[in-house]
Amino acid sequence: MFYRENGQFKSTYASDQQMLPILQDRAFMLGLLAFAFVVVPFLASDYLFLSILIPFLILTLAAIGLNLLVGYCGQISIGHAAFMAVGAYAAYNLVLRVPQLNFLVVLVLAGLIAAAVGILFGIPSLRIKGLYLAVATLAAQFFSDWLFARVKWFTNYAHSGSVQTAPLEMLGWKIDSPAEKYVFLLAVLVVFTLIAKNLVRSHIGRAWMAMRDMDVAAEVIGIRPVYAKLTAFAVSSFYCGVAGALWGFVHLGAWEPLAFSLTQSLNLLFMIIIGGMGSLLGSYFGAAFIVVLPILLNQMPGILGVPISTAMISHLEFMIFGALIVFFLIVEPHGLARLWAIGKEKLRLWPFPH
Amino acid sequence: MNRKVKFALLAVSAAIAAIGSAPALAQAKKADAQAKEQFFPVLSYRTGVYAPNGVPFANGYVDYLKLVNARDGGINGVKITYEECEFNYATDRGVECYERLKGKGPTGATAFHTLSTGVTFAVTDKTFADKIPIITAGYGRADSADGTVFGWNFPLGGTYWTSSDMLIQHVGKLEGGLDKLKGKKIALVYHDSPYGKEPIALLQERAKNHGYDLLLLPVTHPGVEQKATWLQIRQQRPDYVFLWGWGVMNSTAIKEAVATGYPREKMYGVWWSGAEPDVTPAGDGAKGYNALVFLAPSGQGLVHKDILKHLHDKGQGTGKKEEVGEVLYNRGMTAAMMTVEAVKRAQIKYGKKPLRGEEVRWGLENLAIDNALIKKLGFEGFMRPVSTSCVDHEGGSSSSIHTWDGKRWVVQPGIYEPDMTFIKPMIRASAEKYAAEKKLTRRDCAKEAG
Repeated sequence: MFYRENGQFKSTYASDQQMLPILQDRAFMLGLLAFAFVVVPFLASDYLFLSILIPFLILTLAAIGLNLLVGYCGQISIGHAAFMAVGAYAAYNLVLRVPQLNFLVVLVLAGLIAAAVGILFGIPSLRIKGLYLAVATLAAQFFSDWLFARVKWFTNYAHSGSVQTAPLEMLGWKIDSPAEKYVFLLAVLVVFTLIAKNLVRSHIGRAWMAMRDMDVAAEVIGIRPVYAKLTAFAVSSFYCGVAGALWGFVHLGAWEPLAFSLTQSLNLLFMIIIGGMGSLLGSYFGAAFIVVLPILLNQMPGILGVPISTAMISHLEFMIFGALIVFFLIVEPHGLARLWAIGKEKLRLWPFPH
Repeated sequence: MNRKVKFALLAVSAAIAAIGSAPALAQAKKADAQAKEQFFPVLSYRTGVYAPNGVPFANGYVDYLKLVNARDGGINGVKITYEECEFNYATDRGVECYERLKGKGPTGATAFHTLSTGVTFAVTDKTFADKIPIITAGYGRADSADGTVFGWNFPLGGTYWTSSDMLIQHVGKLEGGLDKLKGKKIALVYHDSPYGKEPIALLQERAKNHGYDLLLLPVTHPGVEQKATWLQIRQQRPDYVFLWGWGVMNSTAIKEAVATGYPREKMYGVWWSGAEPDVTPAGDGAKGYNALVFLAPSGQGLVHKDILKHLHDKGQGTGKKEEVGEVLYNRGMTAAMMTVEAVKRAQIKYGKKPLRGEEVRWGLENLAIDNALIKKLGFEGFMRPVSTSCVDHEGGSSSSIHTWDGKRWVVQPGIYEPDMTFIKPMIRASAEKYAAEKKLTRRDCAKEAG
C-alpha cells in the first residue's frame, strides 16, 4: 500500500533506464538529500558532526571504493587502508609542494595516484584469486606502513613522523566549521556515489560482475580479465585514495601512519560484509554500523543513567558489538542492505501479504 | 522474515532516538549546572594493551580530584566535577572523547591531559578554535614548549627532547665527560610512533657534537615482538641502550635483554619506561635497570596520607589501596595537582567562579609552583618547581635517575638539567615549521601582558 508502483508506466527508454525507476524512491531520495543538505547543518551539534557524521561520510566513501572491488568484481582485498594512506600522503605532498593547487584538484590527483598504486598491487589478481589474493593484498598494507614510516620525504622530514595540514580553503571558501566540513563532504560523497552507481550500471560494471560470478564464462563471452580486474582495482583505489585524503585533511588534520593501519583495512572489510556486498546502499549501512555503534554503546550507560565504571563500559562495548556482528550475519548473511530490501518488499505488499 | 524486519526497524529507531536525545540531555545538564562547578575531563585507558600503565595513572588523577573536593570542598569553593572517557590508547577514540567532553560542565572543559602523543598531535589542531588548553606533562610534542606558536599546549615539566638530553648528560658523566662519548655506540630502542620518534632529532643533534654513533631500532606497536631488535643489539653491542617504550613493550624489552645477556645496568628508560608494571613482569632480571624520573618517583608522602584518610579509608578511593604511591599513580596525581593549581592561579585574576578554558590558560601560563608551595601541598619529594610564562610553556625541567633494585625504585643522587643551548634553537625551528605548515601567526606575548 505504502509502496506501490502501480500506474507508473514507462513509455520511454530514458524513464526505463533511470536510476530510481519508482516515484516513491525518487521522492524519498530527494527528501533525504534535502534533509541532509539543508536541515542537518542547522540541527546537529558539533559533537555529532565531528565524531559521528564526518567519519561516517568519509568511511562510507572508502567502503564504496572497497565494495566496487570486493562486492562487484569479486576480488578480495584486506589492504585497502594502504590506498587511503597513499591518497592522504599524496594530497599532503601536493598541498605542501604545489600550494597554488585548488583542493578539489588535489583530491582528484591524490585519487589518481592511489589508483596507479592500486593497479600495481592489482596485478597479482590476474594470476591468483580468492584467499590467495587476499593475502597478496596484505602486501600493499605492509608496504605502505613501512614506506610512510621510514621514507622521510613523504612526511616532509617531520621529527616524529606525524604530519599536519592547514585548514582547507578553496575558491575563497574557508572550510573550518564542522557544519561546513559536513556539507563539503556530503557533496563529495553524493557526487562519487552517483558516479559509482552509474559505473556499476554501465558495461564496466557488468564486466566486473561477470568476472565476479564466473571468470571463465566471462572470458568466453569476450570480457578481458586484465581490463576488468585492473579497472576495478583502479577505480576502487581511486575512491579509497580520495577518502584517505579527506580523512587526513578534513577529519584528522594531523595524522601518523598508524591512522591507516591494518585495523582500518579490516574495518572497511567489515563494513561491506555487514552492510552488504555488491550494494552501494550497503556501504552506507555498514559504515554507519561500524562508526556509530561502538560510540553509541559506549555512551549508553551514561544516557540511561546507569553508573558503570569506564573500564567495564569499554569491555561491554566490545562484547555487545561483537555479538551484534555475529547476530546480524546469522540473521541476514547478505547484509543490512538485504534487510532493507526485504523491508521495502514488505511495505509493497502490506496490508495484504500472500 | 516479518519479525526480522520489525526487529531491525525497532533497533534503528531506538538508535536514532538515543543519538537524538544525547545532546538534549547534555543541554539539560548544562542548564541546571550554573552552580559553582569546574569540569575536569579525564581521558583514560583502562583497557587494551597499555592498560597496566593507564590504570594507575587514571587512579592517581581521579583520586587527587576527589581529594580536593573531600578535603578542601573544591577549589576555593568551586566544586570539581569530572567525567572519565575510555579511549583505549587509540587516536581516533581519543579525539572522539575530546569532542564529547569539551563542552561539558557550566564553562566547558578546564584542560585536557591527552595522554597519548598521537592524540596530542591530533587535538593540538583543534585547540586553536576551541580555546581549551591541553597539558602534556612529560610527553607530547617537544616543540610545543614554544608558547608563541603552540598557544594551548603545555608540556609541563619536560619533553622528550629535554629527557633525552638529560640521559646523554648522564651517560656522559658516567664516561667521565661528554667528550668521552666519541666513538661510543648508543642504541635507541623506541616505540614506532610519534612518541618513540620524538627524541631522535635531539639525539642526532647531540651525536653531531659529541661524535657517538646512534643506532635506531624501532619496535612496532604494541611491542611484544622484539626478537629482531635484540638480535641487532647482540651483534652491534652498543655501550648504552635507551628505551623509549610504553606498556608491554618495556617489560618485553627487559626480558629480551635478559635473554640476550645485555647488562640491565647499561639500559636507561625514559620516564615512561620506569614504573612498576614495566619491571615486575621481568622478575629478578630487571634488577639494575635504570630510568629517568621526573615529577614523581614512587613512595608516599603527606598528600598520600590525606588521600588514604579522606578517600580510601572511607571506601571512596579509585583502584586498590596498595597501589597508592606507585610511580604512575603519583604521576597522575601530580598531573591533577598542576591542573588544579593552574585553576587556583587563574581564580586570582578572574575570581572564584567556574572558569573557561581561556582563563585557565592564563593560570597555566603564570604557574609558579615553587618549593614552598610544593611543601604546603604535601608533595615534598614528589615534585620539582615548575614556573611557566607565555613564551615558555614547559616551565623548566629537571630529572634524576632511579634504579630498580628488585623490589623498589631507588632514586640515585644527582639532578640533571637540560642543556637549553641545544634545545632552544631546535624548538624554535620546529615551531616555525609548524606555524608555516598551519599558516599560523605567532602570538605577541609582550602585547598580551600589557
